[in-house]
Amino acid sequence: MKNQAPPPAVEVGDLVFSYPDGREALRGVSLRAEAGERVALLGPNGAGKTTLALHLNGIYRPAAGWVRIGGLPVAEPNLGEIRRRVGMVFQDPNDQLFMPTVAQDVAFGPANLGVSGPELEERVVDALRAVDASHAASRPPHHLSGGERRRAALATALAMRPDLLVLDEPASGLDPAGRRELINTLTGLEMTLLVITHDLPLAWEMCERSILLDEGRVMADLPTAELLADEPLLARHRLEPPYKWTR
Amino acid sequence: MHGHSSLHRLAPECKTAAVAGFAAAVAVTPGEAGWAFGAYALALAVAALIGRIPFRFILVRLAAVLPFVLFAFLIPFVASGERVEILGVWMSRPGLWAAWGIIAKAVLGAGAGILLTAVTEVPEIIRGLRRLRVPAALVSIAGFMVRYLELIAEELGRMRIAMAARGWRGRGARSVRPLAAAAGTMFVRSYERGERVHAAMLARGYTGEMPDIAGRPTPLSHWLAAGVLPLWGAAVAVAARIAL
Repeated sequence: MKNQAPPPAVEVGDLVFSYPDGREALRGVSLRAEAGERVALLGPNGAGKTTLALHLNGIYRPAAGWVRIGGLPVAEPNLGEIRRRVGMVFQDPNDQLFMPTVAQDVAFGPANLGVSGPELEERVVDALRAVDASHAASRPPHHLSGGERRRAALATALAMRPDLLVLDEPASGLDPAGRRELINTLTGLEMTLLVITHDLPLAWEMCERSILLDEGRVMADLPTAELLADEPLLARHRLEPPYKWTR
Repeated sequence: MHGHSSLHRLAPECKTAAVAGFAAAVAVTPGEAGWAFGAYALALAVAALIGRIPFRFILVRLAAVLPFVLFAFLIPFVASGERVEILGVWMSRPGLWAAWGIIAKAVLGAGAGILLTAVTEVPEIIRGLRRLRVPAALVSIAGFMVRYLELIAEELGRMRIAMAARGWRGRGARSVRPLAAAAGTMFVRSYERGERVHAAMLARGYTGEMPDIAGRPTPLSHWLAAGVLPLWGAAVAVAARIAL
């Protein structure tokens, strides 16, 4: 047992999911990411990327198939531990920051895990420092700039000390400097990252491997450089390589 | 307005409880004890001085109570009882006392509330309510309202601009229909946001109960300092009752 490799950070098998209105969002998705890997989940609008993400921490329940996080099945009795393991950063920081102040918001997750007192404070301080937002601790979220809000939202997930961080379009709506700061913060983290995006330069910069999702299926699972070089493949799935690969 | 006086630094739960206690004392004071209201106003003035809140700041905001006390001005004319002549107009004496009581109590209660918000930021007041064991559901609703009201207002502003950009004038009967449609859209969007916020809460381990993240216990000295206001209020109220 001693020399056994650690279980994969994420394992998804034949995941099927339909929305209550009958729309099929996932039609048999299988993928896996090893601990410490940074993987991009690419795909056009409506490909099922966000839907897939919400299965990783059990917010959506699949019609068929399974998900394991660090070897632990995503199922009702494990949900507490699963949500500790999976940090999720949603696309709109305004959805994520709902408490009156940033510090209280960052404390919300660990407090739900039963952390309290000085340890809770330490978690808040650490998480805000990790995203360089310590100055915003006592401010209400609507007094933050777009970039600060995004980093504060990231801190709320980091405070859970997750093993896997799932980011939904982390750089959307940020100016180039804010985007650069965010990428630097993210690449400095020592945990498994799953980056959902249709921002190909972001995937190129952050992730060794990319998975292309479209119409609820995995269309490709390749090293990012290889996937981004396959122009016909990208075009078929409504994605476009940035100019530096086309010239 | 959020400077730093000793009043600003008091724990929010102490200030909130003090204001509630003070308002209760004001409310049970008989209107006929005119001097008592002077004593209450004096207490608020001293608090404003300690908090370095300009009187102008409080007076301007007191205008907000006017619409609520307008009807009180009618009471002396319509109430029954002994009539007295004031400036050539015959009015009811009990009506005058009633009007005075309503206006004085409304102004003092509102003044205490204005003072509280002047020395306490809104998120702090919410935190204070939680620590005062106000039912968690109510505190959460208040907190969400504070957080999302500005967001909704912003969204509404953007929608109005988008409507104006396509020739909507915002005047006349024909402008009402699109406005109603916009309000409907806002409702749906807010509802959807609610669902997304809920998902974000679940993702961080929310199980239906807000966790207690109050931190350190409140120092006794804060309770003692804040307690001066309601104690003064209680003393005056009791004295007013006995004197009558």
